[in-house]
Amino acid sequence: MLSIEKLNVSVGDKKILEDFNLKIGKGEVHAIMGPNGSGKSTLSYVLAGKDGYEVDGKIMFKNENIIELPADERAQKGIFLAFQYPIEIPGVFMNNFLKTSLNAVKKAKGQKEVDVVEFLSLVKQHAKKLGIKDEQLGRALNVGFSGGEKKRNEVLQMSLLEPDLAILDETDSGLDIDALKVVADGVNALRSPNRSFLIITHYQRLLDYIKPDYVHVMVNGTIVKTGCSKLAQELDKIGYKEFQKAI
Amino acid sequence: MSDNLIQEQIKQDYAYGFITDVESVRAPKGLNKEVIQFISKQKKEPQWLLEWRLKAFERLQSMTEPNWQKPQYPKIDYQALYYYSAPKGFKEGPKSLDEIDPEIKKTYEKLGIPLNEQKRLAGVAVDAVFDSVSVATTFKKKLEDIGIIFCSISEAVQKHPDLVKKYLGSVIPLTDHYFATLNSAVFTDGSFVYIPEGVRCPMELSTYFRINASNTGQFERTLIIADKGSYVSYLEGCTAPMRDENQLHAANVELVALDDAEIKYSTVQNWYPGDKEGKGGIYNFVTKRGICKGKNSKISWTQVETGSAITWKYPSCILQGDNSSGEFYSIAITNNYQKADTGTKMIHLGKNTKSRIISKGISAGHADNTYRGLVSIHSKASNAKNYTQCDSLLVGNLCGAHTVPYIDNKNSTSTTEHEATTSKISEEQLFYCKQRGLNQEEAVSLIVNGFCKEVLQQLPMEFAVEAQKLVSISLEGSVG
Repeated sequence: MLSIEKLNVSVGDKKILEDFNLKIGKGEVHAIMGPNGSGKSTLSYVLAGKDGYEVDGKIMFKNENIIELPADERAQKGIFLAFQYPIEIPGVFMNNFLKTSLNAVKKAKGQKEVDVVEFLSLVKQHAKKLGIKDEQLGRALNVGFSGGEKKRNEVLQMSLLEPDLAILDETDSGLDIDALKVVADGVNALRSPNRSFLIITHYQRLLDYIKPDYVHVMVNGTIVKTGCSKLAQELDKIGYKEFQKAI
Repeated sequence: MSDNLIQEQIKQDYAYGFITDVESVRAPKGLNKEVIQFISKQKKEPQWLLEWRLKAFERLQSMTEPNWQKPQYPKIDYQALYYYSAPKGFKEGPKSLDEIDPEIKKTYEKLGIPLNEQKRLAGVAVDAVFDSVSVATTFKKKLEDIGIIFCSISEAVQKHPDLVKKYLGSVIPLTDHYFATLNSAVFTDGSFVYIPEGVRCPMELSTYFRINASNTGQFERTLIIADKGSYVSYLEGCTAPMRDENQLHAANVELVALDDAEIKYSTVQNWYPGDKEGKGGIYNFVTKRGICKGKNSKISWTQVETGSAITWKYPSCILQGDNSSGEFYSIAITNNYQKADTGTKMIHLGKNTKSRIISKGISAGHADNTYRGLVSIHSKASNAKNYTQCDSLLVGNLCGAHTVPYIDNKNSTSTTEHEATTSKISEEQLFYCKQRGLNQEEAVSLIVNGFCKEVLQQLPMEFAVEAQKLVSISLEGSVG
């Protein structure tokens, strides 16, 4: 699904990712853990195609190097990023945004676009599962949403867009335990042999609910250790210091 | 988002640039007594109106153009303009739809204004102005049955001289300012609406203006009177053909609301803005003013201004009646080298008068957008209230936004509130939208439409969709 080869990313003189390599197979769930400032969020932005970084290397997605593609084309090809801090867009109602987004992706895939009636029944069905009230769908996108509402909204978008690769950037931050469970259930429901996940997190907590196939420890812009889900539990006990020392 | 990319992408062509080939009856070039007499004679006007025009013309001789505005423009040679032009065969009043020149029909079809009553959006009556003469008036019969008068102002002069004589110039006096006085001297046609006491106009009244024959300054004159306890919603929409020379448009619109009456006036203005280098385009120097003459009356202006090289107008409300209220909702979009200096004046004279101003200015390219507004509360206007909100949105790094609010308060029991924000479309917002599969233009359009929401919501349904499209079209390619 995804193969990152020798990815170097910098902003100005500052190197953020250095010779970064990662392979994610079809249907696999990978978690990347690491301390603040290790480059985790940058990795998610670069994969999604955000401007403003000097990027070098290869990002192979479904056997195509997408490193030059703009963000919208990557999204249309099936990459989804659940934002750590979802952006507020005043005056743009959630319903309208979701429908525009869904149809943009469908159009790019050569699928039939949905009309208002189809869309509403679809979105309500997904929203219900995530405990999102209809009322929230009629509000301006993320404006005045609580932390939990914002994150649920991200998962709602993910379930509507049905991406091939979903990147979750600290989706657990700012969530209480109940919201965490709802969000994790939402993600688990989307797990399939054809869909891969990259989960970025500080804490092992989320991984109690979403069991990863692989856990990577990322320090200073590179992966320093890879293991199975047990590694996350170990990290929870010993912290990142050991790995930081090693470098 | 680099400047280069912005430059590259600011490439939006005007979709409505075409000229209809219809022979015109023109007044001789230039501005003088003879031309005014010609206009008046062509229109078979009564003596009092000719004298009124000549008085305005005389007054004009001692006036100069105002020059306090932000957008500057080359000197206009008033003697080089034609002040009257009518499509051939339209010396009389409106004819039936079947008799309309097929060329004109085609023009309206291109603009998406179906003249056939069957085709039209249910509930909209159109008084279409082609150049200076009314071409068609529809739904007239239906409106007549309940006593509503909706016709061209020329026709009103013939058929309802008392109403015209009583109210023409009562809101915008002959001596008001240069462009308004010029209009009073040479106005050619426009719409007239009278809603009788207690009548609620059952449909949105609308007019589409088009500037056509070359070198014809357009001097529309519109007069709307809402008698006691009546209600009317009036829509005005415009597009103009592509042209190199700048064209002056100096309309006067007067609204009169008597006791307990309400007038809602909505405009979508999409005149030719000039090309990407700022060449050509319309000068839109319009005077729009309403008076809430009676108690509990209300006037609401909503405007979506996306066209013209220069837009310079301040739809205003004189709140004379006690408990009367005025509203101004505005979206002004300027792209490329367009300039706008627009806003409103709310003059509080009566007790408990209220006004509300919501202005959304969007600048892209090299454009300059100014909100200028006056809130004036006179000494007798006890408990007057005003709320003003001015938001500016910048797209790119080369444009400008300015806010110039004047507040003049002479009554200590009154309150005024003013809020203003200036923002840019953020990289984060754009990235978020793109990550969800929207391309650059879709993202900008979505964000800008969201920014304008409060104003767009004020528009009647028939206009809201068109206006949303316009908002998107005017900014296409404005962000790199």
